[in-house]
Amino acid sequence: MIKAVMVMNTQGKPRLAKFYEYLPVEKQQELIRRVFAVLCGRAENVSNFIEAESIFGPDSRLVYKHFATLYFVFVFDSSENELAVLDLIQVFVETLDKCFKNVCELDIVFNYSKIHTILDEIIFGGQVLETSSAEVMKAVEEISKLEAASNAITLIPKSASGWRSR
Amino acid sequence: MSGPSLMDSLFQRSLEDLIKGLRQQLIGEQAFISKALEEIRKEIKSTDLSIKSTALLKLSYLSSLHFHDMSFATFHALEVLSSPRFSHKKIAYHAISLSFHDSTPVLLLITNHLRKDLTSTNEFEVSLSLRCLSKIANVDLARDLTPEIFTLMSSNKLYVRKKAVAVVLRVFEKYPDSVRVCFKRLVENLDNSDPQILSAVIGVFCELACKDPRSYLPLAPEFYKILVDSKNNWVLIKVLKIFAKLAPLEPRLAKRVVEPICDHMRRTGAKSLLFECVRTVVTSLSEYDSAVRLAVGKVPEFLVDEDPNLKYLGLQVLSIVAQKHLWAVSQNKEAVIKSLSDADPNIKIESLRLVMAMVSECNVTEISRVLVNHALKSDPEFCNEILGSILSTCSRNVYEIIVDFDWYVSLLGEMSRIPHCHKGEEIENQLIDIGIRVKDVRLELVRVSRDLLIDPALLGNFFLHRVLCAASWASGEYVKFSRNPLELMEALLQPRTRLLPPSIRAIYIQSAFKVLVFCLHTYLMQRGSTFSSTSPDNLPSVVSASVSDESFDNLSVENGVDATVTHGQICTPAFITNESIVNLLNMVELALGPLVGSHDVEVQERARNVLGFVDLTKLKFLNYSVQEENDSEGKGVEASNIIELMHDAFSKELGPISLSAQGNVSLPDGLIVKENLGDLEMICCDIELPSSNSFSFGSPCEEKDGVSFSNLQIKEDSEQSNESTSLLAEHRKRHGLYYLPLGKSEISNDYPPANDPILQGNINGNAVDLVKITEESLVPKRKPSHAKPRPVVVKLDEVDEKPVALKKFESKDDSLSGAVRDILFGSEDMVPTSSQSNLSDKSSSKRKGKEKQHTAPHVESKENLVDDGNPSSRRRKYRSHGKERRHRSPRKKTAEEREGQKEKEKSSHRHGRHKSGQRAEEPLNVSAQAPVIPDFLL
Repeated sequence: MIKAVMVMNTQGKPRLAKFYEYLPVEKQQELIRRVFAVLCGRAENVSNFIEAESIFGPDSRLVYKHFATLYFVFVFDSSENELAVLDLIQVFVETLDKCFKNVCELDIVFNYSKIHTILDEIIFGGQVLETSSAEVMKAVEEISKLEAASNAITLIPKSASGWRSR
Repeated sequence: MSGPSLMDSLFQRSLEDLIKGLRQQLIGEQAFISKALEEIRKEIKSTDLSIKSTALLKLSYLSSLHFHDMSFATFHALEVLSSPRFSHKKIAYHAISLSFHDSTPVLLLITNHLRKDLTSTNEFEVSLSLRCLSKIANVDLARDLTPEIFTLMSSNKLYVRKKAVAVVLRVFEKYPDSVRVCFKRLVENLDNSDPQILSAVIGVFCELACKDPRSYLPLAPEFYKILVDSKNNWVLIKVLKIFAKLAPLEPRLAKRVVEPICDHMRRTGAKSLLFECVRTVVTSLSEYDSAVRLAVGKVPEFLVDEDPNLKYLGLQVLSIVAQKHLWAVSQNKEAVIKSLSDADPNIKIESLRLVMAMVSECNVTEISRVLVNHALKSDPEFCNEILGSILSTCSRNVYEIIVDFDWYVSLLGEMSRIPHCHKGEEIENQLIDIGIRVKDVRLELVRVSRDLLIDPALLGNFFLHRVLCAASWASGEYVKFSRNPLELMEALLQPRTRLLPPSIRAIYIQSAFKVLVFCLHTYLMQRGSTFSSTSPDNLPSVVSASVSDESFDNLSVENGVDATVTHGQICTPAFITNESIVNLLNMVELALGPLVGSHDVEVQERARNVLGFVDLTKLKFLNYSVQEENDSEGKGVEASNIIELMHDAFSKELGPISLSAQGNVSLPDGLIVKENLGDLEMICCDIELPSSNSFSFGSPCEEKDGVSFSNLQIKEDSEQSNESTSLLAEHRKRHGLYYLPLGKSEISNDYPPANDPILQGNINGNAVDLVKITEESLVPKRKPSHAKPRPVVVKLDEVDEKPVALKKFESKDDSLSGAVRDILFGSEDMVPTSSQSNLSDKSSSKRKGKEKQHTAPHVESKENLVDDGNPSSRRRKYRSHGKERRHRSPRKKTAEEREGQKEKEKSSHRHGRHKSGQRAEEPLNVSAQAPVIPDFLL
């Protein structure tokens, strides 16, 4: 089971935070802070695991990947395979890359909803349901279309906010 | 202010505006956010759903990435959810899954919305609803929506179906009874040809099996098929995870799966699958030697890989193997040791752990040498990691693996000299512990201590102070082994000792005291012997004097002689001349003089003690050369008496004290331990607590010393002690209740501590133990402690066991597994509590209902489920009779029955599918629709 997915930049600013069990916001913030504190001290070209039990409690593992200015962090338990999760991060990032054409931190900053949609297609309630980025793309496009269509119905009165809030 | 207007909606900030604003704000992030929140609070009250949903989205954003509470908006989220538009729904579901939890008050209002969306024709709406459910479902939601989920589990839209399968995990967990409804369909999905569905189902079973593997044993054939047939690595990994849990429970199963797993191991090119195979073999199939060998054979692939992740995981696997097959580690010894100098701290620590696993009696020297050398080169953190693991490994089970203690003590000394060493406290403990436990090592211990003490540079290192403390204590306590006590004295009194904290300095001074006494005593002995050899008439003044002294008992004299004899055997200290003694005394005065005014009580007191002693004895040695022996009856004798006395006091040995030593003191009959010790206070204010109590080392001895010393010092020894004894006697009379009865009618103003003669037997026992420790290096400390009565412990056991047992039966998971077992094994199995037996009754009837519905078309199935409860009640009646008969006392379900059940499983495995199906149904006598559970068993 995947317990949490986090994306944060190299300054420690969270860019995406998803916890698959309810946690109060203060707790979420604390966890992210502690993960970052460990991450920022790690050299390049070392393994992608860090000891997570002290942060997330027993039976937790953590895998992260560092891309440009971002850390992608997945927290999970013993029913996932470490290398498979590492691949999963790769799938997630590749999907983002396809969606945004050379994804960069700003894409993730400004596309809050879309990032969540993408992640939701890959991980459902802590379980990995989709590992093909093509399938994810397909679903995400469908959903975007659907959102646009549902907003377009009453386009005339609400144009300004309707379009942009997507 | 609040009413929606065109202006509001036109000028509402979108999420993008908010994010842009946040990045460009000049007023500070917090200020900007609180302004935005104010805006949101207004907007969210709008009746216009577009405005409302945008506000909700912004709020979700601020909650998710800026951690602001959004619980105030739960009801608004519900309102947005009721919008017919997909985009609004999506925002609402996102907000809900962020902010709702089990105690959210409006949680139950969501049921109908969810139900509506679950039955929607739009698969994306269904998916939103399912996703939300997977995050927030509680008992009620899970119960109320079980029928809808059941239907969706066989939806022909794969997109929806896989999510329905996945959401079942949460539903089962929250509402175990849903198992009766959904489990069968979940199992059916195992046969699905679509890889996505299969991956979802296996994922669910993997989670379920992790919590309670035993319940899923009957599904082993299905899993086996997947293990053999599947080509999907994700699925295979999950199946392997399941078998890793199942195999230890059922040896036959383990035997079956070993070969396919080995096949995968040989064939696969995917590292993740290979790793999972290897891990499965070493954790769960470690009895199968060939498989383990194959798996271990794959480990080097990981260890030598460039990718640090593989290296790390390879080491992890090795440390799992190490528990049972140590040879695997030694096979990869080279790679492991090489990894010690890896750049990655994870890898280093993992390999350190492995290296420590390899340590044994015969290689501990070699490995420690390697590690200490390595520690010298590594960064401070890892250096201490190394030192810590050496210390803990070597001291395990009272130094089980150490044979050569001389070597170990010198290693400890060496370790403390490593620049980054922060393990002072642990080294201190071990030095003292070994000194006390192992007699033969003391010579080396003193040598090591001397080397540490004599180095002025070490005093500057704060982390070493604790080690120095141990060293000073050891060299004081075992000074008779010292080659050059005078040199030791210099070391203990060197000016840089001012860098030490007062508590340790006090120990330095006390040790100096011991060394001083030893030097003087040796000198006197030397003189005595020279005299006795040169002029036999002048018989050993010291000894005769001491014997004549009434405050001496024979034992101590013997001790004194003993000590010198042994010391004579062990080493030959430099001959001490009168001159050197005078120098020594001068040095002591010089060094300790300033400390008399120390602000620390402990230091001050120790210094005063020593100086007082020097004052008393100095005259003798100053005048010695002049007076020669003419004045032997005057002050000289008196001083040598004092020295003799002090020496005897110090030469008593400290033994290790068992933690349960107090328990060996038998409780006197009439003793009433009052619950409230408050009235002790009244008594305590009468007594002046002995100040040296706080001194940790050898306090019992000093207690005596202190008293006898002062007695002599004031020349009115008998009077003094009489005075104190009369005080004590009086006290005793007044508070007799709190005194232990005395053997002799005499007063004893010292406690019965470790070295009390009464306990001598025990100490001797210990001494024997110590010999054993050095010989066999395996003896756990002091056996007699087991003999003490332990009523409390028994109670503890009960306390320990009970909750476990209760948990077994009452925890939620177990009701889940109970439900699952009911489905899989038939209801005859394992129904420990009455409430559960009810459940199972219902379930079996439900199952029958389901069985029927399984054959019936889907339209009917729903009805069936709804009125499931009614027909079952009738059946339940006589079913439960049978139940009662079979399990008279269901609460007293014991391990035997558990075993029995296990047996049953085994046998059912043996018998094959049909028989077990009948077995389950036999006692029911309702054979009409006999639902055979097919294909569940091997």
